[in-house]
Amino acid sequence: MQRWPVVLFLAWVCLLFFAGIGLFMSGFLLTRIELASSSSCSDPVVPPLWERQSLPPGSCWAPQRFSKAVLIIIDALHFEFAHFDPAKTSPLPYENKLGVLHQLATSQPRHARLYRFRADPPTATMQRIKGLTTGSLPTFIDVGSNFASYAIQEDNLLAQLVQNGRRVVFMGDDTWEGLFPKKFFRSYFFPSFNVKDLHTVDDGILQHLYPTVDSGEWDLLIAHFLGVDHCGHKHGPNHPEMAKKLTQMNEMLRSLVDHLGNDTLLLVAGDHGMTETGDHGGDSEKEVNAALFVYSRTPLFGSGPPEEPETVPQVNLVPTVALLLGVPIPYSNIGEVMAELFAGDSDAVSAALEQLSVYHINAKQVYRFLQSYSLVAQDLPAEQLQHLQELFSSAVEEHTQLLTQVHGTTVPPELKPRLGSLIGRFQHYLREARAVCTQSWARFHPLRMVGGCILIASSCLLCYMASELAASSQSLCCSCLLYPLFWGPVGAALLWLVHVFTQEGLDLLLVSSWAAAASQLGFFWHWWGRHLKRARLTGSQPPLASGGLRQRLRAWLGLAFPMGILFFRCGAMFSDSFVVAEARVAPFLLASLVMLLVGKLHWDGHLTVPEGPKQQLLGVSSYRREIWYLLCLVAMLLVCVRLSSFFHQCREEIPQCRPSVFLSPLASLRNTRAKNFFYLLCVALLAGLVYAVQSWLRHYGNLNSSDPLVLFVRWGFPLVVLCIACYWAVASSVDDSLGRLQELVQVAVVVFPRAVYGLASMGLLLLLCNPMTVFAKDTRELAGSIVTPYLGVPGSEVDFLHVIPQIYKRMQESQKSRLERGSCRATVAAYGLGSVYSAALVIALTLLGFLLMLLHSERLSFAFLLLFVEAFVLLHIQTCARGLARDAELFSVPWYAVISWLLAASQFFYSTGHQPIFPAIHWNAAFVGFHLDHSMNLLPAVLVGANTFASHILFAVGCPLLLLWPFVCEMSNSQRKKAKKESQEELQEVEEHMMEMRLRESPEEFSTALLRLGLKYLFVLGAQLLACVCAAMILRRHLMVWKVFAPKFLFESLGFVVSSICLLLGISLVMRVDCAVSTWFSQLRLR
Amino acid sequence: MREAEVGRLLAANLLRALAVVLTAVAPAFFLDGFSVLGTHLTWLCVCSVCVATLNIILHLVLRPNQSPKRRSFAHKISRFLKCCIYFFMSCILFHAIIVLYGAPLIELVTETFLFAVLLSTFTTLQCLCLLGPNIQAWIRVFSKNGAMSIWESSLQITSMCSILGAWFGAFPIPLDWDRPWQVWPISCSLGATFGYMAGLIIAPLWIHWNRKQLTYKSR
Repeated sequence: MQRWPVVLFLAWVCLLFFAGIGLFMSGFLLTRIELASSSSCSDPVVPPLWERQSLPPGSCWAPQRFSKAVLIIIDALHFEFAHFDPAKTSPLPYENKLGVLHQLATSQPRHARLYRFRADPPTATMQRIKGLTTGSLPTFIDVGSNFASYAIQEDNLLAQLVQNGRRVVFMGDDTWEGLFPKKFFRSYFFPSFNVKDLHTVDDGILQHLYPTVDSGEWDLLIAHFLGVDHCGHKHGPNHPEMAKKLTQMNEMLRSLVDHLGNDTLLLVAGDHGMTETGDHGGDSEKEVNAALFVYSRTPLFGSGPPEEPETVPQVNLVPTVALLLGVPIPYSNIGEVMAELFAGDSDAVSAALEQLSVYHINAKQVYRFLQSYSLVAQDLPAEQLQHLQELFSSAVEEHTQLLTQVHGTTVPPELKPRLGSLIGRFQHYLREARAVCTQSWARFHPLRMVGGCILIASSCLLCYMASELAASSQSLCCSCLLYPLFWGPVGAALLWLVHVFTQEGLDLLLVSSWAAAASQLGFFWHWWGRHLKRARLTGSQPPLASGGLRQRLRAWLGLAFPMGILFFRCGAMFSDSFVVAEARVAPFLLASLVMLLVGKLHWDGHLTVPEGPKQQLLGVSSYRREIWYLLCLVAMLLVCVRLSSFFHQCREEIPQCRPSVFLSPLASLRNTRAKNFFYLLCVALLAGLVYAVQSWLRHYGNLNSSDPLVLFVRWGFPLVVLCIACYWAVASSVDDSLGRLQELVQVAVVVFPRAVYGLASMGLLLLLCNPMTVFAKDTRELAGSIVTPYLGVPGSEVDFLHVIPQIYKRMQESQKSRLERGSCRATVAAYGLGSVYSAALVIALTLLGFLLMLLHSERLSFAFLLLFVEAFVLLHIQTCARGLARDAELFSVPWYAVISWLLAASQFFYSTGHQPIFPAIHWNAAFVGFHLDHSMNLLPAVLVGANTFASHILFAVGCPLLLLWPFVCEMSNSQRKKAKKESQEELQEVEEHMMEMRLRESPEEFSTALLRLGLKYLFVLGAQLLACVCAAMILRRHLMVWKVFAPKFLFESLGFVVSSICLLLGISLVMRVDCAVSTWFSQLRLR
Repeated sequence: MREAEVGRLLAANLLRALAVVLTAVAPAFFLDGFSVLGTHLTWLCVCSVCVATLNIILHLVLRPNQSPKRRSFAHKISRFLKCCIYFFMSCILFHAIIVLYGAPLIELVTETFLFAVLLSTFTTLQCLCLLGPNIQAWIRVFSKNGAMSIWESSLQITSMCSILGAWFGAFPIPLDWDRPWQVWPISCSLGATFGYMAGLIIAPLWIHWNRKQLTYKSR
């Protein structure tokens, strides 16, 4: 195979996965953009002048009708819980328990009313609180200005109240604390996390509720009870505990009503419902059907209640409460006022006028919001916005017309029907607007989710089959792999044609997923055709087939153990506890995998010396010598794995967890001594890393030439370390200690990181331009006379052992005719040719490592050291294991190596202080080398992304090392053998040191091997991703979906994207080196 | 001959399993407030001691590996001391491995160590009884086709089942069920115990099932 098809094919597979991820994401994650604007009293949405004059003091936009309000939120108060049916003789545990609501509604029909309160999905408490206060439809990701905290940035009811000088008192669920920091006049928070605890929150509220109400020092009092919800999660609704809980709520409401004054509005609301099992989060009928109860001591309604309770969308509460309390409606509200609450006890006409004015205000506000939203985001369809605009302008026009004919509060009788129809038009506009928003913000698309899942699953299957196919045949696979690439555009074009005929809008995502599906079908079709052909061939030779079956069975059994570990890893994604504890699960599985590997080697007898007759007599066996080496490596790996657990970040789900002390930057350390100690340790560690890399390169003779790249490794690496050390020194110094040097420090903080960026990119560029780290000594012309250009030439015996002269048969053969008469010692000695591929990768990895360390806090460089050591040990373990198992297939990387490599990658995601949750992202990485103001968003996103996926990047780029390492290690093994041999044989031994040049000997197999490695890596990554995606899809009703599964899915898919791109880069780098080696050879031949 | 030996093995294994069950039940009659979950450390001690004693007694009674030579008393003593040292070392090794697998390093050292002792009792002690302090024989037994008698096959199976049980026992620890047995190291030690008992039952059955295929090399 050529080089290009390999990269192209891998890129195509990556694109298949990306299409799957994109399709799933578009169905699962609904995004919305938060607007930073907020309403104020002086906004021009206020009604025309004649009514403005009558605004009482303390009112904005509309006259204040209540000076105080009590909002009781009973979490998960399903409508059935609040509804009272006296006809029912044997009620279920949750039925007919809130008698006080029914009693009030029947005895005072103009004072109290019960509504169905429709929650918008996602029905998770946090999203519902956002919805109940902003009047908008929060999605899982509200793209706002600040990701780091959960605080609500949008304009909301509480912000409006505080802005207008009202006092808001809160008691209950501590989720509100994070959402509204410093908004409350007084607050009593109680922990909400423990779902098993039914009483702490409720009892806490009851303790403070009545004294607070009686004290009167509040304008809005919010009490958020959690007992009913927790009871649902713990026992389900159909349980005696629920009856007790609801009875307690009933008593609470009964006595609360007695404490209320005449100017107080009481609202009792459920934020969402619950399913039969007591869960919520999705969009089923039971989950969205909550209850709302309104009560006041003064008459509220103009007429009695309707037969069947009305249904009110949850967002409608916000504009209603805002206008009733006389504050502006929050900017992003899309709810509609509940007009009947504005009727009061005046006559029908003035009530209608009143309602008209609030509708007008409401419509103007919604119109303003939609205008500014459509300027920022394109997710609302344009034609519908156009339609809405027409509705609005016609209604407003009629409104102004009508107002000219109205004088004061006297309305000509002929205008009454027009008044009614105008109200209807405003209502229509508001409902249409909300429907448009709901459609694009608050709905899962199950079809897209399933489609995305299927696409990812089939891509995984494709990876597996392609990797097997590439192994079985080399010549044909090219056509089989590349045909599908043409199928993709064909599929896309077909879809496009269909769309051209049906005149519908074209979604880029849909087109790309169609293309992906079509090209996959193409691949599978080709594969099936080949399979049939082969089956026919083998069918004619039955005995071969049975032998093949047994072999295949054995191969399957061999696969079972690494795949079993992968299976456990994927299964763990389906449990929220395991996702939370993944930081401990990945190292556990990694350790198990390696131990199993050793155990299996032992079991198969690879570790023991083949039994001689004498040993057989004794019935004992003894170990080979390499076993100690292997055991030491395993022990080192286990120690690395264990040590890496000291760098973990915490999640809030594990309250007893303490974040690692190494995560905080050095600047936060108070103790100067400790600070200096750690600083010196970090710098020493960096220097040690450079020394280790340089000595590794020197050992393999890659540090001899005078190419710019080698010079960079010799002198540029220490310079990079120096810059990083200076940056750390400046960054960790205490601000005030430097005094006059403050300005210098400001400059240095920016200059040093930029110097590192510059140096590192220079190094990477040099690597790309000329990745050869080979020093060639051409003795053909000189015929024996050795000239020493500079150090590094084998002078002593030690050097001779360390620097391998590579002698090429091909070269020799081509030169033979010319050289026959001359000295037979005339050869080309190339130092470091045997490890030229790995050397390039190691240099690239070191540079990347420096960059990523710079982005992390200083002391996490320990974790990076562990990462490098662990990767090194893993490579050696797999090399050693393959050597012991006498693995003949040097060109195929075993599955356990790939899986352990990926397990290590996810282990170090956690060990570099990350967690798959948004508050755990290291945001300050965006400001390394840059001042606080970024003109564009791309650069900080890249920096934070690089920081978050540091281990994914390093392991994916280093992935080709899995293939190369056994070749590199070939030397040390044969050297050991050589020591025993006679000196005469030494020369012949030297000739056998092909190392990585074995790969060049068979370029076809090399390309295929790289392709297979890439496909295996993508398969394992894809399997993990598939598990995450399935977990998010299946468990989308789970309590933890927005806290655990959805962020995990996001991080995993982003990690997949980063990993696959880096994998491509790593493989391309190897290809680039291969090209350079080819040109080097051809130049040599020409000379 | 073979059938009779399998029968003896079955009887011995059943006796061992019974002993494990008894350690969970019997001490409640002598000790106040004893329960496997509540006073786990006590149970770990009792179980280790009982299983160890029973194994040694069974070994003395059944003598699965009759040694033709009669050794001197001094030799026996040195052998016994060697066994003790090996056992202790295996406890330390298990402790280290358990900690490397993620057990807490400083807290709960007693629990971890007793768990290591339990694991050693289930695995190393049996090896010591059957094979003596002879590492090379151990190596042989734990490889494919390495077992030379049904006793050694049984040893293979029970040891592996115990280790596997302990490994699976770690799985429920992260779950948020708030059960008393999810506390470290209860689930692991229970897993190891169940694995051991399963191994005890499986081993004779497996040997009986595969008696045609099992051809042990003579020494």
